[in-house]
Amino acid sequence: MSSEIEVVQLDHIPSRHVIHLALFQDVGNAEFLHKQLLSRNADFEYAFVDASVIVSRLHLLSAVFKAVTSASNDVLKTPNVHSEIVANLAASNNVRNHAHSVIQMTDAPQIAEAYRRYGVSTATKNLVAVKVAENGSPSTEQIAEHLAKNVEGTQVPATDEKLASTADMSKVFKYYKLNGLNWLDKIKDHSAKQKEVEMLVVGAMALRGL
Amino acid sequence: MSGDFPLPPILQTPCSSEPVLITQGAEGRLYKTTYLTPNLPCALKYRPPKPWRHPTLDARLTKHRILSEARILSRCRREGIRVPGVYASDEVGGWLMLEWVPGAPVRVRINEALGDRQSGIEEDEGLKDLMRRIGKAIGDMHAVGVVHGDLTTSNMMLSPKPLNEVDGEPEGQKGCLEGEIVIIDLGLASGSLLIEDRAVDLYVLERAFGSTHPRAECIFDQVLEAYNGTFKQAPAVLKKLEDVRMRGRKRSMIG
Repeated sequence: MSSEIEVVQLDHIPSRHVIHLALFQDVGNAEFLHKQLLSRNADFEYAFVDASVIVSRLHLLSAVFKAVTSASNDVLKTPNVHSEIVANLAASNNVRNHAHSVIQMTDAPQIAEAYRRYGVSTATKNLVAVKVAENGSPSTEQIAEHLAKNVEGTQVPATDEKLASTADMSKVFKYYKLNGLNWLDKIKDHSAKQKEVEMLVVGAMALRGL
Repeated sequence: MSGDFPLPPILQTPCSSEPVLITQGAEGRLYKTTYLTPNLPCALKYRPPKPWRHPTLDARLTKHRILSEARILSRCRREGIRVPGVYASDEVGGWLMLEWVPGAPVRVRINEALGDRQSGIEEDEGLKDLMRRIGKAIGDMHAVGVVHGDLTTSNMMLSPKPLNEVDGEPEGQKGCLEGEIVIIDLGLASGSLLIEDRAVDLYVLERAFGSTHPRAECIFDQVLEAYNGTFKQAPAVLKKLEDVRMRGRKRSMIG
């Protein structure tokens, strides 16, 4: 069992935040991990994301970027940067509405829905774990060790290829409301289509909470 | 070079490359930087605080403009219209991070193609084809219920087609008229299905085109001709354009 973990360098993120990323396949203890989040176990302060809803690194890291930016501007909408990452994966619910006609619902039910859709659940097979350390705490070694000890699964590099293979596109299309876009369905080239999907997903996330 | 302005806070954060100031407009500044990783260029559109406005009003206006542009861009993308995608936005910080569109403004490519020619422009098939693609791009945008509000040949990019293939010049070749029309700067865009608003959109372009490329005015009809075929109400828009030409962009307040 390797306890290596990727440290991700993102542009335009204050350097005190260090982002750690790991992908686990065939996770055997999703129920346990889910339970730790529900009980708010402070030792399990991670963004545990169900890999089936992630299309690419750009997709995932966009949620991380937004969460870390919010944390450093002190405008988090959820308890911490990790829950914020999961919540940020949700699409805007008002893409089609005009600026003035939106009746804002309270955030809470939407955030709970985001945890349910994008976060770890008892049914999670493949899991993305993100940990944002601040000012070197906890250390990369500690994070790698803690994850290796507590996540039962095969750790693999979180590459675009791997993430594409663990994605469930029917879920992605449903959650990001991409069904029925005729021009998108007409794109024959697979990688061109993936790129478009990725851009639409990131765009939907960028609008969320605005 | 990042210009004579202090960088916006978002660009004072660590980044793999120096941001470059691309243009400075009345409302804001455009920088080229990167989004997340060194290999993903992006455009950062920044609306700095306006010291002459009341701070509360200024914050509200900035927020509103950032939001409305982000929404319009996302809406266009969902409808399959070629506009820059939105990567991220911060309405408090006053910025939008957008997909970087490679290529050159249509204005530049037209001027390169015109050179110092005084004749033969009317028969230039390359230029006429470009005009038709412009008409089609505008028609497609209008068809999904978006009007631009400031159409000029500077607010359209000619983007070399194989966006993914890395062979050849990523920014396209000088004088080359091939590529995809990408409409940019939707800062004044709004959702509208009104024939009137669409006609004004075309009128603004027609006027801008006439003053930017006076020698190519003779082929502007190609834009309208292609537009005519793009959606059901297009002929009505062109009819309305004739009225708008008579009276100008603003509707008369008399009567």
